[in-house]
Amino acid sequence: MDEHFLLAVLTLDATLRVATPLILCAMAGLISERSGIIDISLEGKMLGAAFAAAAVAHVSGSEWVGLLAAVLTGAMLSLVHGFACITHNGSQVVSGVAVNILMSGLTVTLGIAWFAQGGQTPGLGEAERFRPLLWPGTEALREVPVLGTLYRELLSGHNLLVYVALAAVPLVWWGLYRTRFGLRLRAVGENPEAVDTAGISVAWLRYRAVLLAGLLAGIAGAYLSTAQNGAFVRDMTAGQGYIALAAMIFGKWRPVPALGACLLFGFLDALAVRLQGVALPGVGEIPVQFIQALPYVLTVVLLAGFMGRAVAPKAIGIPYVKER
Amino acid sequence: MRASLPITIASAALLAAMPLAAAELSPAVVFDMGGKFDKSFNEGVWNGIERFKTETGVKYREFEVTNETQREQALRRMAQRGADPVLGIGFAQAPALEKVAKEFPETRFAIIDMVVDLPNVQSIVFKEHEGSFLVGALAAATSKTGKVGFIGGMDIPLIRRFACGYVQGVKHGNAKAEVLQNMTGTTPAAWNNPTKGGELARSQFDRGADIVYAAAGGTGVGVMQAAKDAGKLAIGVDSNQNHIHPGTILTSMLKRVDVAAYNVFKTAMDGTWKPGIQVLGLAEDGVGWALDGNNDKLVDAGTRAMMDSLRADIIAGKIKVHDYMSNNSCEG
Repeated sequence: MDEHFLLAVLTLDATLRVATPLILCAMAGLISERSGIIDISLEGKMLGAAFAAAAVAHVSGSEWVGLLAAVLTGAMLSLVHGFACITHNGSQVVSGVAVNILMSGLTVTLGIAWFAQGGQTPGLGEAERFRPLLWPGTEALREVPVLGTLYRELLSGHNLLVYVALAAVPLVWWGLYRTRFGLRLRAVGENPEAVDTAGISVAWLRYRAVLLAGLLAGIAGAYLSTAQNGAFVRDMTAGQGYIALAAMIFGKWRPVPALGACLLFGFLDALAVRLQGVALPGVGEIPVQFIQALPYVLTVVLLAGFMGRAVAPKAIGIPYVKER
Repeated sequence: MRASLPITIASAALLAAMPLAAAELSPAVVFDMGGKFDKSFNEGVWNGIERFKTETGVKYREFEVTNETQREQALRRMAQRGADPVLGIGFAQAPALEKVAKEFPETRFAIIDMVVDLPNVQSIVFKEHEGSFLVGALAAATSKTGKVGFIGGMDIPLIRRFACGYVQGVKHGNAKAEVLQNMTGTTPAAWNNPTKGGELARSQFDRGADIVYAAAGGTGVGVMQAAKDAGKLAIGVDSNQNHIHPGTILTSMLKRVDVAAYNVFKTAMDGTWKPGIQVLGLAEDGVGWALDGNNDKLVDAGTRAMMDSLRADIIAGKIKVHDYMSNNSCEG
């Protein structure tokens, strides 16, 4: 019994690790899309930031400088996206895809040019990565049944960026629903004419939204290359930016449901890993292919059956042109 | 017009001389998904042909496949440009190589990890089960928990062969030992997903494993990182990976793709190149286990002696290691 409980807790622990980049990216996408800018480029921003974090952390020897570089990279790519589709009213989807393709190629090209390891960055040492933080009292509570295990395995022992991701959710919620900036941000995504009529700059509001999105996607990238792994590897985001986008839509563009969706995806992923090759009573061993399709199958089922209508911000995807 | 005549003749002579120079040898290699710096399978090949380049001064053409549709194009381009021999790396290039080799019957082709039965193709395959058996026995002798793990890349019979040999080795060392097995995926992307590899390794550590064997190309980088972070041991594959995290990598199952690739180019140069199938096992030093300054503290003298006798027994045929690919099953 104890062993099963421990395994269950460890699965939840893995859920948090896997869901962290999804949560950060979902929050990034949410802020951007609530302001009316579609953000397909989460994947590219995260990838660019992951490369920047690993490269700079290696050169400077500090994960913090790496994180800074990641955030700056994310923000810079957001500005490119914003310049194309806010200032010049370009197609938001095309601009986002362009960022993704650009980063997929540029990271490898720069990696080959700088480190000559086929687009990978050199492996990072202990001191150049975000290491697990052990909370006080972990050892003291070791003997306490249930609670001690929960505290030791689930709450304590993650790296800083996992906690940052969890903290980002209430922060984004508070920012969106309890501040003047948030009210205006939501308004600009629903009805930019009204915001413009009130004398507030639509473009500046949207620029701030995409910059915030770039910052969060940057943290997600740094997590991938300097916390979860110890180096940048070609295309290491492996589609997580798109999954975050799906989670955000699944959560109907709201922070807390989006968090739930990210955790669900993370949990299914963690569970799939653990179910592989295990013979279940009465069923026998489940084929690898089925297990790996499970998260996607469940997504379709949940999206089709239980979610209801997802209403996007009204002005999403439409460039704002002032009336002449 | 008259003044330019000598120049025309000179350039014509130069053009005529070109094929002679090119006829020397212009080998080409097409790497597979994972890339030539995967620290494992492709990198082994790269090491071998780099050695060939430094020793002979003959340059080679190369291409790294990053997308499955590129394989056939890349092989054909190499053959069209007059490359000879053309070396394809990895089982997945077999259909493409077969097609292109038929189109260029005069060009010599070679493939590692798969058999293509054509008169102008040399196929080199390894007995990975024998090498995996050895590292499995070492894992069983080293494990304190009696549970060890295996993480494969793409779920294909070749990787099952690694897994199957490993399981037999572990059980030979400790009949009660348990082997946890995971495959990273079912598409070629599984060769280059270190995040997933790390997560799979952690899940096995959570279930009690203290040594994991990664046969997963670039994905293995994540497995070894996770082992280091968790203070456990990992076993590398294909190339000698002991240096990546000294003290964490128990050993590496060597698959001498470097020697194989080197020999393809070298024999083509000497004129001793032959088409057909080459099977490299323990007896041919095609597979083995790595012991060097990075892991000699992890393997004590008694264990080393045991490994040597196991190796001798397999070569002598006293221990039979079952090959998964002989009947697509790990039993038999």
